[in-house]
Amino acid sequence: MKRNSVAIVGAAESTRMGKVPDMSVLGLHADAALNALADAGLKPSDIDGYATVGSATELAGYIGIKPRWSDNTSVGGCSFMLHVRHAQAAIEAGACSTVLITHGESGRSGVGVAPWTPSGLQAQFETPYGVVGAFSNFTIPALRYMKARGMTEEDLAQVVVVQREWAAMNPRAMHREPITVDEVLNSELIAWPFTKPMCCVRSDAGGALILVSAERARDFPNKPVYVMGTGESSLNPMISTMEDFTSFEGFRNASREAFAQAGIRHADVDHLMVYDAFAHLPFYGLEDLGFVKPGEAKDFIRERRTAPGGELPMNTNGGGLSYQHSGMYGMFALQESVRQVRGVAPAQVPGVKVSVCQGVGGMFAAAGTVILTNQA
Amino acid sequence: MPRQLPKPTPETLHYWEGCRAGELRLQRCRDCAKAYFPPRPFCPGCGSRAVEVFAASGQASLHSYVINYRPRPDMGSEPYAIAVVELAEGPRMMTNIVGCPQTPEALQLDMPLQVVFRKESEAITLPLFEPVRA
Repeated sequence: MKRNSVAIVGAAESTRMGKVPDMSVLGLHADAALNALADAGLKPSDIDGYATVGSATELAGYIGIKPRWSDNTSVGGCSFMLHVRHAQAAIEAGACSTVLITHGESGRSGVGVAPWTPSGLQAQFETPYGVVGAFSNFTIPALRYMKARGMTEEDLAQVVVVQREWAAMNPRAMHREPITVDEVLNSELIAWPFTKPMCCVRSDAGGALILVSAERARDFPNKPVYVMGTGESSLNPMISTMEDFTSFEGFRNASREAFAQAGIRHADVDHLMVYDAFAHLPFYGLEDLGFVKPGEAKDFIRERRTAPGGELPMNTNGGGLSYQHSGMYGMFALQESVRQVRGVAPAQVPGVKVSVCQGVGGMFAAAGTVILTNQA
Repeated sequence: MPRQLPKPTPETLHYWEGCRAGELRLQRCRDCAKAYFPPRPFCPGCGSRAVEVFAASGQASLHSYVINYRPRPDMGSEPYAIAVVELAEGPRMMTNIVGCPQTPEALQLDMPLQVVFRKESEAITLPLFEPVRA
């Protein structure tokens, strides 16, 4: 795939986020889709390609589109990063010209959610030991990582403190009040060593993106956000089969490919999003994407280099820890990257030309990287 | 509330039968000698179908864990560790650590462990691990 061959011309979140008990999953998808269409100045009938985690037929029919190309890639929270990549391939190949990607999740209120039925490997080899949600198993590698890196619980808490500073500048963030390391450490224990602020918020939210070829992108109301590079990696289905608890191969694989396609070096990156369902993920992200060497992430964060005013602003919406997290957060990381590249983010970083958006799916199961730019 | 238990499939039945018989059964590739888990009728390393079942030693070390403070109702009301142990033969598996307090002080990474089996139903016995006493 070619650098900058497609662009995002429409991007929007659902009209309301957080607690939205009066909207279903389907309703959140459609609301975000209509907002993204309005943002791009398009009608549903202009869409001929559609990607989503749910059922493409149910959602397309509901929104009123008849796609000639669809993608139901479902690898967890980074599915949308993969959708962007697959949309780029489809547009380049001529399979479609205008792709809509939607997300909606009633992650807090649970309205219109399909029941989860335990089956397969996880049900046999992990669930029996008391796994009760992502907080009880996605977090398991952290202790091993911390031992290998000589890290303390204070280091984990520091991520929350720094990201809360970003959240304070985002009116749509669920947690905006400042927090100290001590307050993080003295909060309710969820899954030791993780306290409540080290775990993502739970919210109802939707988001949508619209992609077209770079050629057509110039004719839209917003300045195009070009897809500079993408990469993906699908690996193991279970946390217990993750090969190395101190480094995530998916992050390494996906980002390597995206950086190569984009033709950039780390010094070219102005803004970074690392999917942070839990406070340990930004450490893996910084090291596995190659922004720092293994072992350096804890000092990088403690020295405020990802904080407001730092050299590598990271998770500038407050992240999944403070902004919004519906269950599959990748769509909201992408929305923030688009806002930063457009120059319209609430906590705008001055002069962003290149944003790297790194997603994770499942429990270190899959990864997707999307690199965006406003430079044609 | 009865504990949420697995339903074996044809590909995993030998493993659960092993647990019932007090034996931790792993698989090994006859071509590349890789030992692996969870069960499947081919080698995840090289793709060979020439694999065999063997009884593991039951020795392991504590690789990583969390202490879950939001217990699932069928697990009781006290916090419990959800752990990943590294078996002496190489593969890792999820389990619970029993026979010791569920505290960071009692649960030290890399501590030696030994498998114990707990019968949960006629069909299912779970492999759990306890600290090796000095």
